[in-house]
Order: sequence, then structure tokens, then C-alpha cells
Amino acid sequence: MYAQLVSTDGLKKPEEMTPEERAFQERIDRGEKIEPKEWMPEGYRKTLIRQIGQHAHSEIVGQLPEGNWITRAPTLERKAILLAKVQDEAGHGLYLYCAAETLGVSRDELMELLHKGKMKYSSIFNYPTLTWADMGAVGWLVDGAAIMNQVPLQRTSFGPYSRAMIRICKEESFHQRQGYAIMMKMASGTPAQKAMAQDALNRLWYPSLMMFGPSDKDSVHSAQSMAWKIKMNTNDELRQKFVDQTVPQAEYLGLTVPDPNLKWNEEKGGYDFSEPDWSEFFDVIAGNGPCNKDRLGARVKAWDDGAWFREGLVAHAEKAAARKAPVAAE
Amino acid sequence: MSKEWPLWEVFIRGQHGLNHRHVGSLHAPDAEMAILNARDVYTRRNEGVSIWVVKSVDITASSPSEKGPLFEPSNSKVYRHPTFYDIPEEVGHM
Repeated sequence: MYAQLVSTDGLKKPEEMTPEERAFQERIDRGEKIEPKEWMPEGYRKTLIRQIGQHAHSEIVGQLPEGNWITRAPTLERKAILLAKVQDEAGHGLYLYCAAETLGVSRDELMELLHKGKMKYSSIFNYPTLTWADMGAVGWLVDGAAIMNQVPLQRTSFGPYSRAMIRICKEESFHQRQGYAIMMKMASGTPAQKAMAQDALNRLWYPSLMMFGPSDKDSVHSAQSMAWKIKMNTNDELRQKFVDQTVPQAEYLGLTVPDPNLKWNEEKGGYDFSEPDWSEFFDVIAGNGPCNKDRLGARVKAWDDGAWFREGLVAHAEKAAARKAPVAAE
Repeated sequence: MSKEWPLWEVFIRGQHGLNHRHVGSLHAPDAEMAILNARDVYTRRNEGVSIWVVKSVDITASSPSEKGPLFEPSNSKVYRHPTFYDIPEEVGHM
């Protein structure tokens, strides 16, 4: 998802736990929220820092593919909407960095890890946004997939993460709906516009399915994260839910999901569908997607180019504070 | 690495007549910028009519591990609640 392939040391059985760990697990099982200053296992803290950090990075890097179209939006209204959406993504990143910071890591440290390639962001943002229809498809599919994952995470065990998710989910629905509204407009437009919408769906369908990550139903990492309630569903469950929700929406648009094996399965009450090409997923995660270098390059450049400004504001704040401070008596 | 901007806690009054409520935190070089950033980060959809910001380092918090002894004194004082008293029905609503 926005945090993909976050691993843990594996699931601990009750008899392997220390009394503190057992009491902690019991609190989670009772549905209690864990707050920053309370005792928590090191693994819980570390996994959460990685997961929330990666999630935050995804929000920030996720601004880039859409930012690409702000200056070229077809109307002033579309431009204002896209600008508001991209600004929301910045906000979502900030909520999440703050949640991560309560675990004892600073935002600048997380940024540095991202810039050095030591922390990841979601694979989806390494794909290019080639046409205006991609703005529709990103909102509809990418934000749609993100919502699938974020709605259950509102119930996650870590208080600050849960609260950030609640704020984010409130705003996320606007993102998906504005995307779908773009798709509706294009799909009911000229044949060329409809073809553009179909092309966007063709290119973004499998990368969207990849967002949920490879099957993890037998993974010990997932089992531990699920026991800690920092992961609420398996990747396969969420992917299935996403497909089941999205296919009728594509049908409404009169667009075709690019999967010849897509078929309603009455017995399971969901669609059968083709898996994405997982070798492509691992390749993108490893840094070889179409836009990895661009995306990270843009982040690093923004950070470096903004250094004088950040430092200038600190210098100004220090001077102003010094002016205000009373002079000590001689 | 250059100096990090300090962390601020943000409190927002959602509507007239309500308390300011903690909504989250953010980084800013000074209080004035913290207010402006808080507006952009936490009130993009009219969520507030007033903002407070306070440096996180200036907040003193009670310790979670002493939660028991800290709040214990009120546990035993059930007579502080109205339901402690049985008032006969004939008396009417009280």
C-alpha cells in the first residue's frame, strides 16, 4: 500500500513474550490505543516508524505526478481543484510525519533517509502521468486503493497514527470523487477523449493492484503486524475488495478493465482477476521504475533549494527572540 | 544538516462556544509562522475560528506509568456522582 513490504522480526507466541510484552499485547487485544509515551516493544516502535514514515513519504512524493498537470489543467476550475488536492497530499504527509515523530524520530531524519534512498515510498508514484486523463485515473484508482487501506487503519492500535488516518480519510473521499468526475467527463466526451480515458485505465490498472503489495497471507511479518493492529487486513483481501468495488465503476464509465481473465465468480461473491506482474513490482521498488530517478531527484532538489529559506527563517526567529529577551542586569 | 524547526502543538476552536482542542503538531521557525502553517495544515476546510500554538517542549505531561496513583483519589469517591443518591420517583426529576 502506501507502505509496502514493511517487515518485522516475525510473530511472537505468547510463551515467548516477556510479561511486559504480554501485557502490551493484551491491551491491544482489548482494543486500547497505545500512546507515544507508554511502554511499547522496540519492534512495534521500529516497525511503526518505518510504516508511518513510508506512508508520509508516499504522500509527499505523490504530489509530484499530479503537480505535473497543475499548469496544464484544462480549465481554471480543474486547476483550482487539482491544486487543492495536491495541497491536501502535503497536509497528509505532515499529519503522518508528526505521528512518526511521536515515536522518537525527527521529520528531518526521515527526510534524510528518504533522500538517501534508505526509506521507500509507494511504487505507484514511479509511474508517469502522461495525459490529463491520468489525473482522473490517479484520483479514481490510486486514491481509491489508498482509501481501501486507510479506512481500516483508522482503527489501528497506535493513537497518533489512528488520529492521522481519521483526518486523512475525511479528506480522501474528495480526491477519489474528483478523479472519477474527470473520468466521467472524458468517457462521455469525444471518441478521442474516451480513448484517452481508456488508455489511462490501461496503464494504471496493474500498478494500482500492485499498491497492495504481493500476497502475504502466509507471511510472518504480516502476522506480527496484524497482531499489533498496525495492519488490519491481508494484501489479498484489500486487493479483492478494490477490484470488486472498481469494476462496476469502470462499467459505468463504459471503459474496459484491461484484464481478459476478469470474471464474476458467483461462488466467492467477487471477481476473479489476473495478478499484476510481480517482477515489475520488485523492479520498481528496487529503483528501476520509469520515474524513480525523477521523483527522488525532484524531492532532493526541492529540499536543497529550500535550505536557504529554512535557515533564513530560523535566523530571523532567533534574532527576533533575542531582541525580545530582557537584558541581564550587570 | 541545518537546524530543525521546532515542533509546535496546535489547538483549534472549532466553533464559537467550544474549547480549543488539540488537533496535532507541526514544525515552524517561530510562533507567527506556526499559526500560518496551522491554518494551512489543520483548517483547510473551515475547521476553526481560532488557533493556539505552543512549543511542544513547553508542555509538561503526566507520566503514563503513574496513571494509577495519579487518578486513584477520585476512584473511591463515588458520592461525587449524582447517581449515588436514590431519589424517590414521587419527587420527580432532579
